[in-house]
Amino acid sequence: MALLEVKELTKSFGGLVAVNGLDFQLHEGEILGMIGPNGAGKTTVFNLISGIYPPDRGEIKLNGRSIIGLKPHQITEMGIARTFQTIRLFPNLTALENVMAGLHCRTKAGLWGALLRTKAQREEEKFIREKARYYLKLMALEEHEMVLAKNLPYGLQRRLEIARALATSPRILMLDEPAAGLNEQETSELMETISQIRDSGITVLLIEHDMKVVMGISDRIIVLDNGIKIAEGTPEEVQNNPRVIEAYLGKEEE
Amino acid sequence: MDILLQQAINGLTIGAFYALIALGYTMVYGVLKLINFAHGDLFMLGAYMGLTLISMYLGAGMTSGIIWALLVIFILVMIAVAIAGVIMERVAYRPLRRAGRLAPVVSALGVSIFLENAVMIIYGPRYRMYPKGLIPEIQWNIAGAQVTLMQVLTLVISFFLMGALYYFVHYTRLGTAIRATAIDHDVARLMGINVDAIVSLVFILGPALGAAGGIMVGLYYGRINFVLGWGYGLKAFTAAILGGIGNIPGAMVGGMLLGIFETLAAGYIPQGGAWKDAISFFLLILILIVRPTGLLGERVVEKL
Repeated sequence: MALLEVKELTKSFGGLVAVNGLDFQLHEGEILGMIGPNGAGKTTVFNLISGIYPPDRGEIKLNGRSIIGLKPHQITEMGIARTFQTIRLFPNLTALENVMAGLHCRTKAGLWGALLRTKAQREEEKFIREKARYYLKLMALEEHEMVLAKNLPYGLQRRLEIARALATSPRILMLDEPAAGLNEQETSELMETISQIRDSGITVLLIEHDMKVVMGISDRIIVLDNGIKIAEGTPEEVQNNPRVIEAYLGKEEE
Repeated sequence: MDILLQQAINGLTIGAFYALIALGYTMVYGVLKLINFAHGDLFMLGAYMGLTLISMYLGAGMTSGIIWALLVIFILVMIAVAIAGVIMERVAYRPLRRAGRLAPVVSALGVSIFLENAVMIIYGPRYRMYPKGLIPEIQWNIAGAQVTLMQVLTLVISFFLMGALYYFVHYTRLGTAIRATAIDHDVARLMGINVDAIVSLVFILGPALGAAGGIMVGLYYGRINFVLGWGYGLKAFTAAILGGIGNIPGAMVGGMLLGIFETLAAGYIPQGGAWKDAISFFLLILILIVRPTGLLGERVVEKL
């Protein structure tokens, strides 16, 4: 059984059909690349899966259980985390606090505990801090824990977004153009990081425009055009698919 | 010199009241970008609930251990007003979350009118007196200025509550979630933060602090009435803007400064007592011209 199963997914905004009858499956432990020209509906798929808005039609199942209608924080709790195409960190929180926010749903210390400073609460706060440092270290950000997110260089902000997403302990990590704006060296580091994340047991759904990245690390790729899936397969199959070349690679502006 | 010191001490006390109330305005604004105009009335509600409980305690013929009784009363009233705050948000604001900016403001004014009139019907329109002599009338002479026990207690309690709030918001898991939610609701949700629960939490903390302020105002001045929330609410709102709305330390600093400024003006300007409100709002206008984001605010206040 697929870890995530998307069936007949459809969403339109006004007259524009952003996603049209999309079917795909995400298997445990793979990196699935999702490519397509700008406006193909990729980010909309992410928004539908993470519950930002409901689909018009169709089904999204995590482990065989429908997640349609759940609120975004419930979907995160069920193990789907994401990053954003345009970085959306909490700019006025430190790097450490950003990651701590991601740990929120995995911890439970409540108001009374916090007000009364119970022992359990203090221990949990300590645990959260240590755990947050662990994720910062994982993304090689440990030296920047006290820096406000908005003051970090762009490349580090991208890494911090991934650290924050990982802190929610996801089973599925959705990355929305993680290589956008990165230089060559940062991009190859990122590819290594994504592979490591996959090897640690987290399934990755990746939107990326950088062909070197997608082709280099994806196990499988699906191609979207105008909200419709036009191809699916291994990187080689997709690269040689005439429909893809016609619809996408031929028109790519890069 | 001793007048200056005396007025500064009085101003600090009044400033502590403003600061406690201002925190409620600023936290709600920070998270919802809403000015909760009914917040001052929750403060007033706290003053009345405190009066009722104190009267019940004294009515039962108990006078010993009044300090402990007051402590319990403080906690009970803070909890009760926090519950009122949560209900208010559920009934009057949450249904309007996506209705634009004006509708919740109108709703807030409605809640304000409701609370004032409800209290007026229950307690009557006249001033109500807090029992005298609950706090022993001890006073000290410091460099020619009189400091009463009540003032010391007010400052100690206020600073304790403000310190606790600051700690909670900056150093705990829920506090981090509040700050994250204030910055970006959508992303906070995607981090697994239940934004509705965080909003409820803010409507617990702010009203609880306001309620503590209400009882202290009752004890300090000895009399309260049902429109108490308007005057204090407006001043506290001013203090919140002065410090930078949405900014928690800003509300504390803004409240203290406003209190001190107001009493100094009353003490040094001829007939300053009569002009003190005008002077406070003049200060507000001045600050807004020079620093539109308030003293400690960094973001431009784009929504009001």
